[in-house]
Amino acid sequence: MATVDDFRRSELVAGIVSSINRHATREARFMEFCGGHTVAILKNGIRQLLPPTIILTSGPGCPVCVTDNADLDKAIALAKLPDLILVSFGDMLRVPGSCSSLQEVRAAGNDVRIVYSPLDALELARTNSQKSVVFLAVGFETTAPGVAASVLQAKQEGLKNYYILSLHKLCPPITKVLLDSGEINLQGLICPGHVSAIIGSEPWQFIAGDYGIPCVVSGFEPLDILQCVDMLTQQVAREEAKVEIAYKRGVTPQGNQTAIKIMEQVFQPAPANWRGVGEVADSGLALRPEFKDFDAELNFDFDPGPTKTQKGCICGDILRGVKTPQECKLFRKVCTPVSPVGPCMVSSEGSCAAYYHYGEDNER
Amino acid sequence: MPPIITTGKTMRDKVLLAHGSGGKLAHEIVRNSFVSALDNPILNPLDDSAIISAEGRLAFTTDSYVVQPIFFPGGDIGRLAICGTVNDLSMVGAKPLYLSLSFIIEEGLLIKDLERVVASIKETAEESGVKIVTGDTKVVNRGSADRLFINTAGVGIIPPKVDISGHNAQPGDAVIINGTIGDHGIAVLSQREGLGFATKLESDCSPLNGLVAEMLEASNAMRCLRDPTRGGLASTLNELAEQSRVSIRIEEDRIPVREEVAGACERLGLDPLHVANEGKLVAVVEAKDAEAVVARMKKNKYGRDAAIIGEVREEHPGRVVMKTRLGTSRIVDMLVGEPLPRIC
Repeated sequence: MATVDDFRRSELVAGIVSSINRHATREARFMEFCGGHTVAILKNGIRQLLPPTIILTSGPGCPVCVTDNADLDKAIALAKLPDLILVSFGDMLRVPGSCSSLQEVRAAGNDVRIVYSPLDALELARTNSQKSVVFLAVGFETTAPGVAASVLQAKQEGLKNYYILSLHKLCPPITKVLLDSGEINLQGLICPGHVSAIIGSEPWQFIAGDYGIPCVVSGFEPLDILQCVDMLTQQVAREEAKVEIAYKRGVTPQGNQTAIKIMEQVFQPAPANWRGVGEVADSGLALRPEFKDFDAELNFDFDPGPTKTQKGCICGDILRGVKTPQECKLFRKVCTPVSPVGPCMVSSEGSCAAYYHYGEDNER
Repeated sequence: MPPIITTGKTMRDKVLLAHGSGGKLAHEIVRNSFVSALDNPILNPLDDSAIISAEGRLAFTTDSYVVQPIFFPGGDIGRLAICGTVNDLSMVGAKPLYLSLSFIIEEGLLIKDLERVVASIKETAEESGVKIVTGDTKVVNRGSADRLFINTAGVGIIPPKVDISGHNAQPGDAVIINGTIGDHGIAVLSQREGLGFATKLESDCSPLNGLVAEMLEASNAMRCLRDPTRGGLASTLNELAEQSRVSIRIEEDRIPVREEVAGACERLGLDPLHVANEGKLVAVVEAKDAEAVVARMKKNKYGRDAAIIGEVREEHPGRVVMKTRLGTSRIVDMLVGEPLPRIC
């Protein structure tokens, strides 16, 4: 089995970098959709290996970051209800909503718990039968099948106290919105690896076909990303636009059919609110009517209050790839990981946090 | 409501509120579980204070231990509580001598678990050559603590001419680590409820006073010593760079990391540089002595994988930079609070 080290071997890196240099004859801007890629690019200093003609731009691929304040406020309001355990992935706790955060609500004495899997939330429901357990279901296609499985399991067990607040978001629809906006000019898309492990590479076909933009699915190791950039650079040089996979150990064109089936059995496409973009039709997932008993929004009476946005925060622009973290006036000055203003500084996959933590030599 | 105390065997297998009351049960637990195990002439009189004599510069430190779970691969909260304080004393070059030991116990803790912790404390204290000379026990209501919390404080003597401080690093100095990083944090995480993953990895929890004494013999140009516990190697290097107003440049491929730790970190989205250690030290030493110090360290079981991992530089004071395996460089930042379980 390949080890982590195998994906970081310097002699292989040199070969790929020389190929990129050979093919990068014209300027090209590639967007890495996924926050995981942004982190890996900065953590490994990958930009330092690329010729100046290749520009990498961060995209909207951090599920925590794209969660709108209005949705976050719903979770916060739910967490304040008596006899309710709000269960979340860790990153969500520190994200500031309109007036508060889940972390503050927890410190005030409400029951907010961190889990690593929706199945752990289900276990909490089993062991706390006198309380309602609400799982804050934030994530892309990667996490949705696991949440769907937890709902199916809850239904099968007849659990009456397990709910989800579905804030799931879908990647291909938001990419279309970004491309249609005309705000960004891309010559290539670094497609998300984990999302594509579920949905496959096929759903990216329309970007190559309709927009003429090369697409390559990438893994998260430095070599994966460099290979992906090399493949994109070669497509640009050959004036091609097709979907390729630089992450064959994890992704197939058809994706994980079992996961897709479970997801489709439990969820249906629904409008979703994206931070910095607004509502986008069919870019989210809502529980199907036959699972309405598990829908926290339908089963609890709560008031999220008016939505406010953080003044001066440009997380929305950063998520659309229009601006970089360094262009934000708050970056490093007012907004730091210790006292974050926007979600991109909180999440471990947020662009601002990645630039803050790993910023290259000349940036400080 | 006062606790119901029975003398029946079933109730005595657990710690009761009354065990911390100062009454009869309290004496029972102190004598049976603690003093008999930790026996020494300074502790035995059980007066209100231990009476000790010492000459020279005293180092004095304290730390509290709330690790969860209390037993983990390669150690337990007792070993941790001794190693942590022994190591804090060692990091200023002191020879650790005497420790205090305070328990805060959640009622209901199994006496056999408590005794297992005490046995581990005894073993670790013997290994590191320190005496437990005073202590305290409190028992709190269920829910007011998580099974068992321990506080230890310790004193040690700093030998003449030894001057070790985080402020002493100078450009040109070498940066050394005594072995693989991240073992403790990942070993504890692997046991964590809801995160359990199978690994043979063990915590590196160990007393480093013996190793430090040997390092001080090998060089009289030792500038800084620090144990990279919570916050990991990255946070420690940042502290040293900040305190000494220098920069530190490390090289990724020189830093020893076990394959299991690297793999687990990838899956959990952690950076081994940020993961806690309990048996590691970072040393900054004048470059001319670095090889000799490492050679000496390698002869000690807690320094077998010692390596020079970088150097101290003048430019950009306060900054830590790492040359990656790809040949690029990046900033190494301090750990910022993360929603991970308690690991020490």
